[in-house]
Amino acid sequence: MTSETPALELRGLRKRFGQIQANEDIHLRVREGSIHAIIGENGAGKSTAMKMVYGLYRPDEGRILLRGVQREWDSPSDAIAAGIGMVHQHFMLAGPYDAIENIVAGAEPEAPAWRFLPRAFRPVDRAGARARLEALSRQYGLQVDFASPVEELAVGVQQRIEILKLLYREASILILDEPTAVLTPQETTELFANLRRLRAEGKTILIITHKLKEVMALADQVTVFRAGRIVGDVARERTNVEELASMMVGRRVNLQIQAPPAPPRGEPVLEVRGLCLTPASSGERPLRELGLEVHAGEIVGIAGVEGNGQSELLQVLLHPRDYRARSQGEIRCLGRTILNPGGGERPLSTARIKALGVGVIPEDRHRQGLLLERPVAENFLLGLQGRAPFSRHGFLSGRSAREAATRALEEYDIRPRSLDVAAAGLSGGNQQKLVIAREFEGKPRLLIAAQPTRGVDVGAIEFIHRRIFRARDEGAGVLLVSSELDEILVLSDRILVIYEGRIVARFARGEASEQELGMHMGGGARA
Amino acid sequence: MRALLQPVLAVALGLALGLLVTAVAGESPWRVLTILGQSAFGSPYDLGMTLFYATPLIFTGLAVALPLHAGLFNIGAEGQLTLGALAAAAVGALFPSVPWPLAPVLAVLAAFAAGALWGYIPGWLRARRGSHEVINTIMLNFVAAGLASYVTLYLLKNPESQNPETQAIGAGYVLSRLTWFGDAPLSTALFLALLAAFLVWAFLWKTVAGFESRAVGGNEAAARTAGIRERRARILAMTLAGGLAGLVGVGEVLGNAGRFRLGFSPDFGFIGIAVALLARGRASGVVAAALLFGALHKGTSDLDLETENVTRDLSLILQALVILSVSADGLWTWLRKRRAS
Amino acid sequence: MSFELAMVEQLAGSTLRVSTPLLFAALAGLLCERAGVINIALEGLMLVGALAAAAAALQTGSPWAGAAGGAAAGAVLAALYALTVIRLRSNQIVAGTAMNMLAAGLTPFACKLLYGSSGATPSLELGARFGSAPIWLAWGLVLCCWAWLRFSVSGLWVRFAGENPEALDSAGISVNRVRWLAVLAGGALAGLGGASLSIFLSSSFSRNMTAGRGFMALAALIFGKWKPVPAAAACLLFGFADALQIRLQGVALWGDRPVPVQFIQILPYLVTILVLAGLVGKSRAPRALGLPFQRD
Repeated sequence: MTSETPALELRGLRKRFGQIQANEDIHLRVREGSIHAIIGENGAGKSTAMKMVYGLYRPDEGRILLRGVQREWDSPSDAIAAGIGMVHQHFMLAGPYDAIENIVAGAEPEAPAWRFLPRAFRPVDRAGARARLEALSRQYGLQVDFASPVEELAVGVQQRIEILKLLYREASILILDEPTAVLTPQETTELFANLRRLRAEGKTILIITHKLKEVMALADQVTVFRAGRIVGDVARERTNVEELASMMVGRRVNLQIQAPPAPPRGEPVLEVRGLCLTPASSGERPLRELGLEVHAGEIVGIAGVEGNGQSELLQVLLHPRDYRARSQGEIRCLGRTILNPGGGERPLSTARIKALGVGVIPEDRHRQGLLLERPVAENFLLGLQGRAPFSRHGFLSGRSAREAATRALEEYDIRPRSLDVAAAGLSGGNQQKLVIAREFEGKPRLLIAAQPTRGVDVGAIEFIHRRIFRARDEGAGVLLVSSELDEILVLSDRILVIYEGRIVARFARGEASEQELGMHMGGGARA
Repeated sequence: MRALLQPVLAVALGLALGLLVTAVAGESPWRVLTILGQSAFGSPYDLGMTLFYATPLIFTGLAVALPLHAGLFNIGAEGQLTLGALAAAAVGALFPSVPWPLAPVLAVLAAFAAGALWGYIPGWLRARRGSHEVINTIMLNFVAAGLASYVTLYLLKNPESQNPETQAIGAGYVLSRLTWFGDAPLSTALFLALLAAFLVWAFLWKTVAGFESRAVGGNEAAARTAGIRERRARILAMTLAGGLAGLVGVGEVLGNAGRFRLGFSPDFGFIGIAVALLARGRASGVVAAALLFGALHKGTSDLDLETENVTRDLSLILQALVILSVSADGLWTWLRKRRAS
Repeated sequence: MSFELAMVEQLAGSTLRVSTPLLFAALAGLLCERAGVINIALEGLMLVGALAAAAAALQTGSPWAGAAGGAAAGAVLAALYALTVIRLRSNQIVAGTAMNMLAAGLTPFACKLLYGSSGATPSLELGARFGSAPIWLAWGLVLCCWAWLRFSVSGLWVRFAGENPEALDSAGISVNRVRWLAVLAGGALAGLGGASLSIFLSSSFSRNMTAGRGFMALAALIFGKWKPVPAAAACLLFGFADALQIRLQGVALWGDRPVPVQFIQILPYLVTILVLAGLVGKSRAPRALGLPFQRD
């Protein structure tokens, strides 16, 4: 045994799901007390490998060594007991309950006075738990509100609760899956400070990410996954963003496609004035005097941290009828007033709005964009079913729908080239291309694109960006909503920053730096 | 072929479990099975009775299957068919002199409309008030039974009878019997049921409204984002379903009894659930499953007479077991995996 | 005056009595649904509980033995339900409906086997029936259930199983085991609800004697936002509608003709529909309700 036994070592891990070889020949050494980044594209196998480390999957072959000792576990609880914890991308929190209950669930301290009861019926010792958690919170500088239901807390705080959950269970190796995906630049900086502090206290940290700049800012060592294998393992000082990117993709990549010059700006296709929305539930965010315009031939990007009213804005734009009683202001779209509670007219229905020439790439394609269990052909028809040539007098024309869908599969390179597979059987990128093909079939004059490349691999991102530019160049106005700053910066001719339901800053292309946007996104520039 | 295998296996499993129950009751399963088969298919009359029972089951099966596509579970077919039959009988009793063929058309419309109303209410409640159709349809079954009892006993009572039934319908309303099956009260309502099955298929797969209902059932949020009026689609599906269940009244009132008899339905509405689930919502499957459950119903009703301990309640038990078998997703994926490996 | 007071007292007592089966059933539903399992099968669980309780009380002459029998029968049927929805991942509403049909078929079948009639069991002697014990028991259970769910270790597990089962699983607690136990305990409670129908409110089991009470209990649970005390209050409301219904039969409200009994009998059902309809969007179900749990 060498003087430096790695905290964690993987030897020849292999995992297969049905036809898919998810991991092959995975060898990895993670140094004690280091921050180790695991990078790779969607589907490169990095999550699978980490799930084996965390006990969620069992490796088909290979060994996991913890501080030099071979270990095997049947479930995450075994891994936790051995000191390995994971913060998942989707937090494992029960919204209505407070931080204390969320943290102790599964490892509850019991009030000593109730020992006469069987364990399951003893009361949870909340006071004891709270004292211990407050001590942990001080030790690692993790500020948390212990009393409120976690669903009312900011995402950054929820993440700290997840980290405390691991520390409470005395984890020494922490795995974080895409921890910055939902954070503001400021929250990200804070998280990185916290992680460095944890490292200083002797914890070993693995971070799964695809954001290369963050890797360069934080990690000590970087391991690159591609197509289920490890293709690179380098110290941070000896590499750079360009090298990591080409390792990830397997070819030299142009990190940012060049924006083609914008065509002359045309008539406004969307005008929102003084839009206010009163939330109906604790999950909904308000809109405050929100105003924006989108003209034909431009891309307007809305930058902002998720949960600042973007979803509500999209919902009101698309379903003004449902918000009539709770909203103020006016929305005009392609020459029609679609919402004007003060004016007394009835808002337009979603079907009418779409028929004006509005295409929608919804935020969450699984939830809002696709009939996952239905075949591709029906998904292509969704929303087009009432239009010629797809139907006449209320009767569907199956043949013209199939013809158009077949053409779209070719044009958008959607694989597999089958109309009859269920949408659920397509990869994320192909699902998104299917949604885009469908929405472009109606030749939209206003395109509302929300998170158009979320969970999509690099090749498809490039393709989707080019398509959005092409729609603009053909005269459509595009409203882009994205939480990826890079995407906003590449695509937008104008950038609006949304914070707590209002537009707090406006920039033309090239005017704003990432730092400046980040500051506005965090509400920092508010007077 | 694979699509057929699962229902067939499910029926076999359900039957096997059901016969196990009869074995507990001390009856030889083989004997029970023989009685069931004899009684359902033994003679032209028996076959006619099987078809007679299958007719309402096609309607109620469709009444459950159609909303299933829109993501709704209609367990209110019993109430819907009660009101449909009552409406057909009321029209026939109140306007006895309407001539054939106008009379049956009128009665069919009345039955459909009354059932449709009883489907519209839970559809509206679900779409506009968000209250669950499963609870509401059950409650409405009880309300329908109360209303039917009131109308039968107070408003349209047949003065010449001790039974709780309405006055007889006019002669112009009566449907002709199919004569190939002896005395079985099988009427041309069977053809109406087959037509309904065809129309339901065409609605679901060939019309825009049908596509929209299925989209709502597949993913409500996606349908909404695509501009489909999901509430309207839901209400439409439940209304049509109620109307289909209401048509049970046509066979019963116009083709069989000539009047509304309180409690005429031996839970056709609930058997319809088994029919629709076994058919996996397909219209053609509903016809086949209705035949199967019609045969089971005919068979089990003779068990009352032929055996010591086994009653017609066996029919309910068999339906339940078939539903449990056909819906046990985990069982079928496990079987598929075993066959694959 | 005193006549009216007596009537109010009578109505109040009657409300407490007839809401007892609903209370048990609502608690049963609460247990399952807070753990993430929809329980449409309450009706059937009550029905087998009612028959088993009557049979056990007839056999032993003790109402407590009857209650035990009812609880055991409810738990047995609930085990079949748990098997189908947890192990075999059947759609919970479909399987629940099947359980109701199974119970509706099995109970008269068994009744015929045991007593030669599929309609009802023989009547119970007064000593084999409950006085007011089930009322006390039901309200005691409401309080226990509240405290248990809020404070205890297993109460926490149940709440997490219904709200975020992945979180519970990743904390090393088996979600499906928690759900199994919740469904079994719920079955026993619903069986007690059935028992209180056959050996407390009446003196025998009769065919389909639950008459939709399982569904009413479910409505009470939803109306009570899946919380023990508000759900119990909702049961009282439905119980009141039922008591009123019994009280109003044969009473002339307008003029001298009594209101037709049919209109009075549908009162509890109409109240249930109206209460649910007035609730639009206000009651939030446990987030994972109805979703089978499987580690991916």
